[in-house]
Amino acid sequence: MDWSAIVLSLRLATLTTVILLVGGLPLAGWLALSHQRGRWAVDALVALPVVLPPTVLGFYVLVALGPRSPLGRAYEAITGSPIVFSFQGLLVASVLYSLPFAVQPFAAAFAAVDRNLIETAWCLGASRVRTFTRIVVPLARPGIIAGMVLSFAHTLGEFGVVLMVGGNLPGSTRTISISIYDDVQAFDYARAGRTAALLLAFSFVVLAMTYRLQRRSGRAWPIGS
Amino acid sequence: MADRLIAAFLRQHAPSVSIRADLELEAGDNRVMVLFGASGSGKTTILRCLAGLDRPQEGFIRFGDEVWFDRTAGVNLSPQQRRLAYVSQDYSLFPHLTVDENIRFGMDAAGLPARDRVDSILRTVHLEGMAGRFPTRLSGGERQRVALARALARDPRLILLDEPLAALDLPLRDPMRRELRQFLRSIDVPSVVVTHDRVDALTLGDRMAVLSGGYIRQVGPVHDVFSRPIDWEVAASVGVETVVPGEIVESADGLATVRVGASQVRVALPSMMARSVFACIRAEDVTLETSPHGDVSARNQLRGRVTAVQPEGGVVRVTVDCGFLLSALITRPACDELRLAENSAVTAVVKATAVHLIAREIS
Repeated sequence: MDWSAIVLSLRLATLTTVILLVGGLPLAGWLALSHQRGRWAVDALVALPVVLPPTVLGFYVLVALGPRSPLGRAYEAITGSPIVFSFQGLLVASVLYSLPFAVQPFAAAFAAVDRNLIETAWCLGASRVRTFTRIVVPLARPGIIAGMVLSFAHTLGEFGVVLMVGGNLPGSTRTISISIYDDVQAFDYARAGRTAALLLAFSFVVLAMTYRLQRRSGRAWPIGS
Repeated sequence: MADRLIAAFLRQHAPSVSIRADLELEAGDNRVMVLFGASGSGKTTILRCLAGLDRPQEGFIRFGDEVWFDRTAGVNLSPQQRRLAYVSQDYSLFPHLTVDENIRFGMDAAGLPARDRVDSILRTVHLEGMAGRFPTRLSGGERQRVALARALARDPRLILLDEPLAALDLPLRDPMRRELRQFLRSIDVPSVVVTHDRVDALTLGDRMAVLSGGYIRQVGPVHDVFSRPIDWEVAASVGVETVVPGEIVESADGLATVRVGASQVRVALPSMMARSVFACIRAEDVTLETSPHGDVSARNQLRGRVTAVQPEGGVVRVTVDCGFLLSALITRPACDELRLAENSAVTAVVKATAVHLIAREIS
């Protein structure tokens, strides 16, 4: 088994989930609770990775972060190494690619919170931020967990984007799915099978545990929004 | 006067539906205002505008020397800035917080000292020992008390209650209604109570405003509005009924004697013992006669003079001054036969079982 690829994938998925949690909660809160004009455009933008082929997304990320782009040059000037074909570049692409899988369940859960509770909190003097952190987020917990699980699992299984942005560098950008692909190309079906089975078992256990958690908290969350 | 609410505003609901409100309310003897109207008449909209949850299209809302909303000056204070208590119909307790945390939620935001105050507030609403419970483990009445306690904890300057008794089971409504009246009278804060229930209005309110067809048609003391609706729309909305304040002076053999104005009325088996009451007599239950004839079973034969005769469709509404103003609804032929006109002497006959008492204060 390609342990370095497994560890790399787990690290990538964990970091992606954490970033999406920190950035996705406020974004989802804005999408679900504000009534500002132009919201539909942001909604569509967030949902794009669901319909876009990973190679297209990967291509744009590659161009945007490449050594000839202002972003890529700025990164290289600060850190001394290019961002494409590195773990950091892969992380940026993963966050974008999994964005809807975190933000959409978050937003759906926020929108389902009883509006009366939110208004009651305002009338009790709680600011909008305090109302969000103390009332909306705790009540939306099942949806938040669902979003985290989905983005974790989605990152674990990504292939096209990784290939475009990260390439295939062992230890820094070679993830589980790339490793399985490589093994199959090299006719090492036994090794590919072991890694694939591990991924399958892991995904099933995580999803089963999440569903069980939702069931127990009294609210079944339809995963896959 | 520091705690005086003055509001005159218009809120467009839909292109063809607009709600116009004109209200004045202050602390003191007449601090509880009932906003009365059928469902869909716009009562909740007015309440939400006062709370700052909805924004009127025109007009102003002032409280004391503060401007809460002013269209022309472009002022619109947020609900947080108005420091009021708003209790929605379903009480909106935070389900993931305990009773204690629910009550403290508003206090923490206001930065008030907590512990002692939570205890004393829980005592005020008779919820000692319930601090650790979650809302799902409370009865309907207890939920209402927690909602009131939570609203009170913020030390509000104005209390807004939306159908406070609608979420309660029928048997619970009666005791909670009186408890709520006592609660609202125990604090000197003006309050607006929205309801479509006549008994709610009579029990809770000092004054009432009747909302119909998108604007407030009549404002006055509750019994006054019920007894003397200014037009047929108000009459249809509140129901034709004589409502007069009175005092129970005697009660024996299942019969109570209530002093009402300059006369006395006998009432069958009042269910509650309170001194101060409203006596309610439906106009349909009053019989008029011009020549007294011997013995009748009806306990009340009130002599008086006719002050007004108003035809209303197929029937005639006759107002009789018999120590208080009593409305009677009789048919047109009956009115002609008795030759009733202003100033004619009549006797109004009312059975003791047709008089309903509504308690005002708990003794």
